[in-house]
Amino acid sequence: MPVVTQDKRIIIPPPRRPDDGRGGGGGGPEDSHSSFPVSKEQIGLWVLLTAIIMLFAGLTSAYIVLRGVPTWQNIELPWLLWPNTFVLLLSSFTLELAKGAIRRNRFATMNRWLGLSALLGVVFIAGQLAAWRQLVHAGVYLPSTLQSGFFYILTGLHGLHITGGIIALGFVMAKAARNRLTAFNHQPLKLCTTYWHFMDGLWVYLFVLLLLS
Amino acid sequence: MDAHKAEHTHHELGFWRKYVFSTDHKVIGLQYLITAMAMAVVGGTLSMLMRYQLGWPSLPSPTMEKIFPIAFQGSIMAPEFYISLVTMHGTIMVFFLFTAVLTGGFGNFLIPLQIGARDMAFPFLNALSYWVFLLSCIVILSALFITSGAPLGGWTAYAPLSAIPGSGPGQDTGMTLWITAIALFSASGLMGGLNYITTILTMRTRGLSMMRLPLTQWSLLVTAILGLLAFPVLLAAGILLTFDRIGGTSFFVPAGIIMNQMPLDHSGGHPLLWQHLFWFFGHPEVYIVILPAMGMASDILSTFCRKPIFSYRMMVYSMIAISILSFVVWGHHMFVSGMNPFLGSVFTLTTLLIAVPSAVKTFNWLGTVWGARIRFTAAGLFAIGFVSMFVSGGLSGLFLGTSAADIQLQDTYFVVAHFHLVMAIAPLFAAFAGLYFWFPKMFGRMMNETLGKIHFWFTFAGAYCVFFPMHILGVGGQMRRIYDPTQYAFLQPQQPLNVFISVSAFVLGSAQIIFLANFFVSIFAGRRVTERNPWHANTLEWTAPCPPGHGNFGEELPEVYRWPFDYGVPGEVEDFIPQTTPIGAVAKH
Repeated sequence: MPVVTQDKRIIIPPPRRPDDGRGGGGGGPEDSHSSFPVSKEQIGLWVLLTAIIMLFAGLTSAYIVLRGVPTWQNIELPWLLWPNTFVLLLSSFTLELAKGAIRRNRFATMNRWLGLSALLGVVFIAGQLAAWRQLVHAGVYLPSTLQSGFFYILTGLHGLHITGGIIALGFVMAKAARNRLTAFNHQPLKLCTTYWHFMDGLWVYLFVLLLLS
Repeated sequence: MDAHKAEHTHHELGFWRKYVFSTDHKVIGLQYLITAMAMAVVGGTLSMLMRYQLGWPSLPSPTMEKIFPIAFQGSIMAPEFYISLVTMHGTIMVFFLFTAVLTGGFGNFLIPLQIGARDMAFPFLNALSYWVFLLSCIVILSALFITSGAPLGGWTAYAPLSAIPGSGPGQDTGMTLWITAIALFSASGLMGGLNYITTILTMRTRGLSMMRLPLTQWSLLVTAILGLLAFPVLLAAGILLTFDRIGGTSFFVPAGIIMNQMPLDHSGGHPLLWQHLFWFFGHPEVYIVILPAMGMASDILSTFCRKPIFSYRMMVYSMIAISILSFVVWGHHMFVSGMNPFLGSVFTLTTLLIAVPSAVKTFNWLGTVWGARIRFTAAGLFAIGFVSMFVSGGLSGLFLGTSAADIQLQDTYFVVAHFHLVMAIAPLFAAFAGLYFWFPKMFGRMMNETLGKIHFWFTFAGAYCVFFPMHILGVGGQMRRIYDPTQYAFLQPQQPLNVFISVSAFVLGSAQIIFLANFFVSIFAGRRVTERNPWHANTLEWTAPCPPGHGNFGEELPEVYRWPFDYGVPGEVEDFIPQTTPIGAVAKH
């Protein structure tokens, strides 16, 4: 796919090696015998996401089972979760803008959006911690009720995963700073975006799960 | 391109980078193998101590008191020490021996070699996986050396026993170490599984389509997917358990538990929830152990029968069917737990369905052996022994999978006999078959065949003498984790059988010394292999040097033209045609 840059130059992508049927980068020329259509980094990410899905599926099943016991007590969720959700959704959007920018070879724009996304991630974590403080002020602790236990564990685990995402974004920014990303090869950013959107969706799911009790 | 090749073929590293902190899949595979063998020695010794207690329960032994002063206080084994032996033996064998040796050891060593790749997809992650595994081994072993003792919860760590730190001497620090070790092991398994799946899917060499893969590779792929779906659920349960233990939550602890005359500050939890979560992981876990064993035994059996595996496609499909079914049968471990009886019927149905693909595999093995001119090498014998053990153990599974029969047999020695034969001895036989078979590829030397055959016959007879009488003990009512069977009048008539099992167990255990001696001596002094393909096998690893150098295949990666089972093709001169032989390039009679 030809790319039109800011100054209206047209860049034609370098020709693909005939035996390199896979998208993205990764691997030396020796690895390219396989006709598998997906790069190994992408498969690796999907495997990781599957494991994360199963982790939260396990916790969800425990949540649903325990919601049926007579001592189950709902807690009042902190209102801060709403703005936090908005911030996280916004960060997914800004990350998409970053990806769009590098496709058009606008590196400065990409860096701005990347930085903003990471910043929004940090704001989200801070917001979640503030939500924990809200609960603590209301006298709701980890062992208070079954739901409060789940609330702290689910938000905490999700927060850890988001922290991992912020660190990954940091790596992408470091790569961008060393000019390692191009319009044709920015797989690290793509992988990071997939992970980030997934974490975003996971949060919406967890929030709905916690709300629906 | 040339520079890249040069890097693969002529890059010499120092001792530490080459043999210790290596990212080469072969070194990592051997590290896994040898670590798991060390764990097997520990786990096996623990079982010998158990058999000592069960054979001669009240016999005072001052010698044992000298060796284990705390555990044998007053010259007799303490009951809590016996229960900690049960826990540690089970945990070490299931996770740190079988899961580690079959997927970690053989998986790492064989995947790139059999698919014609130079290494795993993510070599650094692969190395990290081993070091985290080693750490988990150290953590679980350290539970044996703390003054409060090893955990008592069994390898299943049932709550609320596991959720309350004060519930037993080993349940405080010991249980914490258990959870930590299992969490580390899960993390290591995730890194390994990520590599296996990615490598097998994306790095197969030219011409090696999925339906040309050796069955070992299929089994490792399916196993990795099972592990990927099962271990995170165990991790989720472990997280909740940890918070019950240190955070004061009550996920698994019900209200009204009184300990030391004091009611506990827990309320509202659900002990059955732990069982559900654990077995959702636990049942796929037994297939994580048995599937690679099935795959390896299939390939080895075919090689020494000089016949193609009977019905390759059905072998693949039945493996996939087993792995899917393995996620909907976990309730058969819980028939007497107070679970809804209707649910029990559903789990009976799904469990008996597993018999179908398992029987398909068994008949295919029999079809492979049928009418073959079998080469009775040590590896071939162990592969046949695998089928024997799998059938013997699998048949009793039909009784246990049926809820009506299981209510009688639950938690007796019948269960112990069943799972040892089918998921301990059978995979052990496949692992031995694999070690004898791939030893020349690993070390460039052969293991001693005569010693290997002696080892086989002692192990084969020993395993049956140990585990077959356990069925009788179980039907007679001997409980699974019993410390002293002579305490009950109705079990006393069976005691001679317990003595027989214990003596057989000591013979079986001692026979493994033959193997260990053969293995370690042969690494340095075995007969050197003169050719790349000493067994005349077809798969790609036999086209590489013995042992393969860094990068495995020299300058050019092999190209595949056929499936790996062209043995004894009618009209050909040789009775094997390697996968790299082009169609039409074979000498005819």
